[in-house]
Amino acid sequence: MNASVTVNSAEASANTNGASLLQVSDLHTSFSVQAGEVKAVRGVSFSLDQGKTLGVVGESGSGKTVLARSIMRLNLGDNVNTSGSAVFEGKELLASTMSEMQTLWGNEVAMVFQDPMTSLNPLVKVGRQVTEHVRHHLGASKAEAKALAIDLLKEVRIPEPESRLNAYPHELSGGMRQRICIAIALACEPTLLFADEPTTALDVTVQHQILNLLNREQQERHMAMILITHDLGVVAGRTDEIMVMYAGNVVEQAPTAALFADMQHPYTEALLRSIPRTTQRSHTRLAAIAGRPPDLIDPPSGCAFSPRCPYVQPKCREETPPLQATDNSGHKSACWFPVGTPENKEAFEKNLAARLPQTMSVAEGAMVNTEMLQEKAATQEERN
Amino acid sequence: MLAARLVRLVATILVVSFVTFMMVNLLPGDPINALVPPEAQNNQEFVEQLREEFGLNDPMMVRYANWLGDAVTGDLGKSVITSQPVAGEIWRRLPITAELALVAIGFSLFIAIPLGTLSAYKQGKRVDQSISAAAQVSLSIPNFVLGLLLIYVFAMRLQWLPATGWTRLTESVSGNIKSVILPALSLALAEVAVYTRVVRSDMISTLQEDYILSARAKGLKDRFILFRHALRPSSLTLITVVGLNVGALIGGTVVIETLFAIPGLGKRLLDAVFQRDFLMIQGITVFVAVVYVTINTLVDIIYMLVDPRIRKKV
Repeated sequence: MNASVTVNSAEASANTNGASLLQVSDLHTSFSVQAGEVKAVRGVSFSLDQGKTLGVVGESGSGKTVLARSIMRLNLGDNVNTSGSAVFEGKELLASTMSEMQTLWGNEVAMVFQDPMTSLNPLVKVGRQVTEHVRHHLGASKAEAKALAIDLLKEVRIPEPESRLNAYPHELSGGMRQRICIAIALACEPTLLFADEPTTALDVTVQHQILNLLNREQQERHMAMILITHDLGVVAGRTDEIMVMYAGNVVEQAPTAALFADMQHPYTEALLRSIPRTTQRSHTRLAAIAGRPPDLIDPPSGCAFSPRCPYVQPKCREETPPLQATDNSGHKSACWFPVGTPENKEAFEKNLAARLPQTMSVAEGAMVNTEMLQEKAATQEERN
Repeated sequence: MLAARLVRLVATILVVSFVTFMMVNLLPGDPINALVPPEAQNNQEFVEQLREEFGLNDPMMVRYANWLGDAVTGDLGKSVITSQPVAGEIWRRLPITAELALVAIGFSLFIAIPLGTLSAYKQGKRVDQSISAAAQVSLSIPNFVLGLLLIYVFAMRLQWLPATGWTRLTESVSGNIKSVILPALSLALAEVAVYTRVVRSDMISTLQEDYILSARAKGLKDRFILFRHALRPSSLTLITVVGLNVGALIGGTVVIETLFAIPGLGKRLLDAVFQRDFLMIQGITVFVAVVYVTINTLVDIIYMLVDPRIRKKV
């Protein structure tokens, strides 16, 4: 947790400039369960400016959703403990009462959920669901609400909006339902939008449309957006900044272009490697990340990724690497042996010699890749 | 689809009426004993003549067929004691029992829905535990004991409401309301306990749904979410149970109408049983059975109104 301390001081100075819309510092969230304390978010800090987009990336269980819900104060139950700070428009959210939160929810801060099949009430007509909170927050009349609903449905590209208002959710397709959810989130013109894996439950063909829709709305409305996903490909062209989370910690954080230009954390690298590519030969083995996400009740000592890391060294298992700025572009990462450094290469070769399983599988994948490239080059030559 | 339902309804009514007819006729004791005054019991010729007149000598199937043939035209026979037509008697007393039952259902839902909802909302908290305990207690109080208690408190001590009797709606609206409150409350209490538990458990599972979280994330007030988002999906079991409980409720009216001296169907049925007025028993029982079956068919239709997804499938 050295990580958050360092970041905190850096961010504290940013805060005095008063520029950020949302300022999160050293946020911790845990759930008390029978077996102990599940530490889902372990000291996350970031800031987000008006009109900017932040991508939060990580596999299931890395704490992305809990982070979003902690900031929004939507984690329910008596067993949730949240500490740290989340300041939105100068207001400390973690110290706000529930009724204060209710005036923000859906109004200033909105959320698009993962599964549009279950996040709409099946027994309530679409029209009411799109505008009930508009009527509640802004006191719009029935007629105004209806006109707004039609506008919103048009905006999210739903054909025949007038008749859709009287439809029930089950009469619409998954993509349509997610468009409805987006319309709901946009209805009160929020300044901050959380999109929690908005396309995970949808067909691949629809995913793009939904992401583009979100992007367009975000830009047109100059709204800040936090896009949560497990897919680096999703955030690549659509965010200003990316935060990679692992086991409740931020392991790498950088402006989007900088991250893809110079990936530093082995976990980020592994995430990118696990995206299948059409350029790969068919029957190429899927590059999964070896092992499983760690137990959050009793996380591993040192770097949480160390049990799965192909570059792991004894130091990694003992000392937690802090999230540190590595250059002055705002690129930060938490690794003792960052990818692309000579130390990293050395560590990899050491592990390869020791035949460490996770290192071996990475090496195999690399071999396949080089093989493929060589093959490609060969066919090219033949053609010539 | 509706036609299929109606066919099923008619078939059920036929079976129910046949079984009822059988049961009434298989009751121990010859109905003729009720018809013939004691001093004429030895007059074989007179007894035989009466048997013939009421068709008691025919085989049971023939008697059922005859009775059914008349019943279809609305003629349920005449009381063997008072010679009043059974159907007329039913029509005269039905409004009283129907009002009593409806008001009882109304009371029970009016109390149970908010209580069950509150209980689910405060699941595991003290409020929830108190409501559960109170429901347990009220389930174990028989309705006539509660009736006596209510009479003692509200009629004898406070003298707010009449202890017994019935004022028809056509005579006096306020008098009618006064006479229905205590008996309806006595009937409602046990139902309240059941309905509260049903609403609570359905509501608890509904509150786990994603769409409740998304309703919260819209900043809607808790009360609005509970009653405008969660209640409808939580009411399907309730509707079934209310429908099924109509039978228990009608059974309850027999006791409560007797206790409060209310001239309803239940009281008339009980009198008929004591008088061995078999055509009256038969008429009222079959009528009640038909009402019960019809209500449960209606419940299926209400289902469709509540849940648009079922509407689609039907």
